[in-house]
Amino acid sequence: MTQLLLFNVTNGLIVGAFYVLMALGLSLILNLSNVINFAHGGFLVIGGYIAYAITPYIGFWGALLVAPPLTAIIGLAVERVLIRPLYGRDPLYSLLLTFGLAFIIEDGTRFIFGAQGKPMTIPAFLSQSVSNELFFITWYRLFMVAVVVVAVTLLFVLLRYTRLGIRIRAGTLDLETVAALGINVQMLRSLNFAVGIYLAGLSGVLAAGQLGLEPTMGTGLLMPSFIAIIVGGIGSLPGTLAGGLLIGVASGLTAVFFPAASEAVIYVMMAVVLLIRPRGLFGEEGMMS
Amino acid sequence: MSTEQTRKLVVLAAIWIILISAPYWMVPLGGYTALATRVLVLGLAAMSLNFLLGFTGVLSFGHAAYFGLGAYGAGLTLKYLAASTPLALIAGIMLAGICGALLGMLIVRRRGVYFAMVTIAFGQVFYYIAFQWSSLTGGDDGLRGFSRQPLDFGAFKFDILSNEKNFYFFVLFCFALALGIMGFILRSPFGRTMIAIRENERRARFLGIPVERHIWIAFTLSCFFMGFAGALYALVNNFADPRGLHYSQSGDFVMMAVMGGMRNFWGPLLGAAVFVVLQDYLSSVTVNWMSFVGLLFVLVVLFFPRGLLGFLQRSKA
Repeated sequence: MTQLLLFNVTNGLIVGAFYVLMALGLSLILNLSNVINFAHGGFLVIGGYIAYAITPYIGFWGALLVAPPLTAIIGLAVERVLIRPLYGRDPLYSLLLTFGLAFIIEDGTRFIFGAQGKPMTIPAFLSQSVSNELFFITWYRLFMVAVVVVAVTLLFVLLRYTRLGIRIRAGTLDLETVAALGINVQMLRSLNFAVGIYLAGLSGVLAAGQLGLEPTMGTGLLMPSFIAIIVGGIGSLPGTLAGGLLIGVASGLTAVFFPAASEAVIYVMMAVVLLIRPRGLFGEEGMMS
Repeated sequence: MSTEQTRKLVVLAAIWIILISAPYWMVPLGGYTALATRVLVLGLAAMSLNFLLGFTGVLSFGHAAYFGLGAYGAGLTLKYLAASTPLALIAGIMLAGICGALLGMLIVRRRGVYFAMVTIAFGQVFYYIAFQWSSLTGGDDGLRGFSRQPLDFGAFKFDILSNEKNFYFFVLFCFALALGIMGFILRSPFGRTMIAIRENERRARFLGIPVERHIWIAFTLSCFFMGFAGALYALVNNFADPRGLHYSQSGDFVMMAVMGGMRNFWGPLLGAAVFVVLQDYLSSVTVNWMSFVGLLFVLVVLFFPRGLLGFLQRSKA
């Protein structure tokens, strides 16, 4: 029983780490640009398949380094051409556009790589178990968690200490004033978008190593990421971090006692949070409206 | 009567003539009657969503949930409770409306993108319930094993089960009924208040209008209408599909409303007609129809944000 419990909690934490990476990117874009990026799962798929395509030439480690920035560059192009014209308009339009984009990416991937799942080659030692007792923890899983921790730390350092990060945070609070201070807001939004998409690409590579590749792999992660943001509190990145881990562990634990509800439990959590604390766990008053 | 009023009456008469005669010209043009029925039902759904989206200015991206609830409510009633078409419709409407009213209370305090996000997430709850509770709902395969029943008026029976044309007219009757109620609400003081909230929420609040309560009522009403459309859809197919509850279906509804023209009462019906016919055609000629639908979304957003009717009206002015 302890082992089963431990197994599911670990699983939950690892899944939660994915939610966190996805949700942080979504949250960045949502907070600064007021865009719900429905295509975020699509960018995860792009990251995964780029890694799959270049692994034979430069190996897994190379792909891990190269695929996320390539995804971010594609994201930059998409932002520049399709999303930028919509900033002044009702958020409805960017939502619909990214929604359509998600369709195109999913179908396009299927067209190029086929609907069949593809395996991703990872270095052999990573797929071994850490110990016999904890057979379910492979080195790859530990490695994934480590990468997520590093990425999240770097993101918070970026936002806290660099000029770009400070501008992003200021823009989240009051974009007009930031523009009035002579900062190129368009550029800021583009870079912010690219950072968000970089995180999606990174989760794509990591997910591919663990689960293999499928054109639909991003869609399933999108909804939990939304919920992580709502539970943690819209407008708060630490909240998103906590929200992602929380719903990951909660669905892991539910899988032990009531497997059928392991997907539904995160929605219940969201409802409870909205009832008791409408702004979310870490949300600030006024950020929700 | 002013020319403006005459023009409106002529347009209205034309719309109804087209709708009433649809089964007679649909088939010669290469369509089929069931396609016309589907346009009507999905058009009603898009108009119900637009009641909230276009007239109150609140973006719900999870309305498929209430559409699906209507479908399951009707299907489950026919399968387990009673073989009665009107009863099934009422059950579907009530299920969707009551769920909408309850969840609406949690949702209405948010605005803009956040409102959209919360509606999506709550909409998915019903998708998972329908998906997981296989013993009741049939799970992934959907709810089967029921069919619409002939209408029994005592003196005579109206066969809507095997006669496609009769069924179309029955759906058209329901459609007209729903639209009549919707139009009546929009013309009432309450409807005017909804539009006031859309135009300037802060000002409406300063005028002493309880904005949250009005949005909640509008949300609930739109869920009732949505449930009606969903229940009819279950009758169209004799089948309820869990994917009808999924947020991608909500996206289709929003698309229909936007593509037809959100600011126009009839816009979503036109959008639904174009969308349904296009999807029907595309899925018959290519397996990559998803890409084309996605492309349609992108193109409409970039080039026709006011929709077809908005575009026509502006180019005329």
